[in-house]
Amino acid sequence: MAATRACGAAANTSENIMSLKKALSVASPLTLRIVAECPVTKARACDLILPHSAVSTPVFMPVGTQGTLKGITVDQLDALGCQICLGNTYHLGHETGPDLIEKANGLHGFMNWKRNLLTDSGGFQMVSLVELSEVTEEGVKFKSPYDGKEILLTPEKSISIQNSLGSDIMMQLDDVVSSTVTGPRVEEAMHRSVRWLDRCISANKNPEKQNLFAIIQGGLNTELRKACLDEMTQRDVPGFAIGGLSGGEEKDDFWRMVTLSTDHLPREKPRYLMGVGYAVDLVVCVALGCDMFDCVFPTRTARFGSALVPWGSLQIKNKQYAKDFEPIDPDCQCPTCKRHSRAYLHALFKSDSAAMHHITIHNIAYQLNLMRSVRQSIVEGCFPEFIRTFMKRMFPSRDQYPGWAVDALASVNITLE
Amino acid sequence: MAGCRMKLELSRVALGKGRLGVLKGLGKTGQLSLEVPGCLLHTHLGTVPHLTQDTLNTLSTLPSVTQITLSNIAEHQEVLEEFKDGFRKFAGLHDTVLYCALHDPATPCPTGHTTNKTVSVWGSGGRIELTVAKFMALQKAVKPDWYQSMADGETWQINTSHKRVRKSVDRSLAHLDECLLVHQKSQELEGVEVFGVVEGGDILEERVRSAKETAKRPVSGFCLDGLQTGSMDQALRTQLISAVTKELPEDKPRLLQGVGRPDEVLASVEAGVDLFEGFFPFEVTERGCALIFNFNISSNPELAGRAPPAVLEPGEDQETAGDSQHSGDLNPGDQTQMTSFEINLKDKRYQGDFRPLVEGCGCYCCTNHQRAYLHHLLVTNELLAGVLLMIHNTAHYHAFFSALRDALAEDRLDLLKRRVLGQTERKD
Repeated sequence: MAATRACGAAANTSENIMSLKKALSVASPLTLRIVAECPVTKARACDLILPHSAVSTPVFMPVGTQGTLKGITVDQLDALGCQICLGNTYHLGHETGPDLIEKANGLHGFMNWKRNLLTDSGGFQMVSLVELSEVTEEGVKFKSPYDGKEILLTPEKSISIQNSLGSDIMMQLDDVVSSTVTGPRVEEAMHRSVRWLDRCISANKNPEKQNLFAIIQGGLNTELRKACLDEMTQRDVPGFAIGGLSGGEEKDDFWRMVTLSTDHLPREKPRYLMGVGYAVDLVVCVALGCDMFDCVFPTRTARFGSALVPWGSLQIKNKQYAKDFEPIDPDCQCPTCKRHSRAYLHALFKSDSAAMHHITIHNIAYQLNLMRSVRQSIVEGCFPEFIRTFMKRMFPSRDQYPGWAVDALASVNITLE
Repeated sequence: MAGCRMKLELSRVALGKGRLGVLKGLGKTGQLSLEVPGCLLHTHLGTVPHLTQDTLNTLSTLPSVTQITLSNIAEHQEVLEEFKDGFRKFAGLHDTVLYCALHDPATPCPTGHTTNKTVSVWGSGGRIELTVAKFMALQKAVKPDWYQSMADGETWQINTSHKRVRKSVDRSLAHLDECLLVHQKSQELEGVEVFGVVEGGDILEERVRSAKETAKRPVSGFCLDGLQTGSMDQALRTQLISAVTKELPEDKPRLLQGVGRPDEVLASVEAGVDLFEGFFPFEVTERGCALIFNFNISSNPELAGRAPPAVLEPGEDQETAGDSQHSGDLNPGDQTQMTSFEINLKDKRYQGDFRPLVEGCGCYCCTNHQRAYLHHLLVTNELLAGVLLMIHNTAHYHAFFSALRDALAEDRLDLLKRRVLGQTERKD
């Protein structure tokens, strides 16, 4: 609580005192202290204080789908400096059962993770994993892939599960429409997501220790996004997510929706861009004003032998690495790079699953280090220079820069030579 | 003699009661040692299955000897030859003694591919045929501290003929002589120890012949091959080992291949075995099980707290042990079957069990996680299940060996046997 007051005082200098008062009035278990703002772009570095620990933003949050991060122990994750990771409501809510996890002192106790957890609503997983799902005003109806039983996930049910899991940040149940869908369905989903947000807010049994984030919807339609932002920012929630993107839409549409959202989101609350995890996307979207990101990509790709490096990625299983005795990235300080060569990892992939763990460790380290460097450059006031250096390293030549990234960066006053 | 630094110092030898001692002079500098009876660290290509160095190093006591096998390594010969600095450095291993065996004890080999001049190993890309020349070229590339001589161990099948058994003894002796010849001419292998391989299937006179002949060669120790779990029952194994060890010099270590079950380990130690391969915890892990058998014989409560504890809770778990014993007995030869020394965490009864695997166990898994979480990881097929189980099972198994040495030192092996086999006896 002392932290809340101290940070509240620090944030008093901000212009938006009205919404600050509102934030304090609900005494949400979240405080955002803006440490630095980039004078050129919309990027900012913040300290996000959550119930289990402070989080330095911009932050990448690794995804631990079923209460575990793909073969990595919680101590290893902690040692990499991870301050927050994701758990999925869908899997945990239906296989093991929320009651059991509640008995184990929540998901924190169940997986023995001492830092912060963010859980999703379970809705997205249903839409993406379960073909036979039907959305009504009441909720999402679907057939359990485990036992074939029909299940209705309502906003109340989703929050009830997330309350049992005890996550530091819960996500509202939203009506997810593929980002490539257009027409009245998108508008319906947007309005429904607003109504469901209200139901989620009322359903939250633990507002004093669990933060509920709203999810901005509206597809790729500027008007709908804007309308959703108008509605949702009137609600008293501790943070906002930008949803409905990263689903196969054109990158040109993607970044415009991101920047539109950050333009209208309150400065003093965290912005979480869902499902984004490629290095270039992270750097560009930080420039557009996002604070938090998650993606299964770095850990999933690791299990296929793809190691992330500042110049792209290495497919360790490819024959070219069989006699390559360098570490994955000679400049990387992760436990994998400090001990093992590409050649050994290449060979180990044929013998043991530990090879996957080595690459997973490296990839998480890469993501977290990237975000640490981004933050440091924002704090030091040299984020624009960081972006230029980053792009130069990532792409062999200027003409290989993705057009959308160039445009997006130009929109926040960064020109790439 | 090929190598000359390895030295077995026995502190206690009682016929039919096991040998206690220290294998000294190990490693490049000769500074490392291994207590016997002991067990080597089982690996896949130098990596303890599922574990990275971080997770491996949560184990407080690890054996100083790491076992690698040519079945993993043979396909990487060219890479190692180009690397030049040996396998230890290639695998990022530092202070460990490297022992290079022929086959992976946890992976059965197809039969019918052995010839007079070759043996075959199976890697990820299939069969690789080894002549002595290729075998020795591999050793030069691997640069282990100690290796098993090339041998024909294809006698473990039921109904292997006397003629085939005799052939395996003859071939293995011939391979050993050839290996030693190349070894002595190879500067790269100076100071490297060679273990001769005792074959002979289940035929006593062939076992004795193999032991006598192998002991005449300049080897540092002996591998007892073809006695693995599934090939014969323990009574016969004990009889054969006792006959063999009588023929072997006292001052050289005997490594029993392919045996890892605690009951079989105890009986084999009594018959004179010093070293085991350490693959058993891996097999238990692969079937989603956790070792829970009790080996605590400390009467001093203070010591009991310090010693690696393995207290089985009364009631429920004994029942588990009984159940598993039953299923284990149905198929004693099948190594994928549960034994009475473990519990199956996939069983629904562990879904809401918030106790550690073994109460009081100090391993990373038991100090941080509960049975319910491991059950969840197993039923959702999560990779962390293998990591955590491997940590616990390795810790538990090596603690058992430590208890075994204590029992020998205190002349309380019978008590340990009763403790370890106790669950089985109760069941009967």
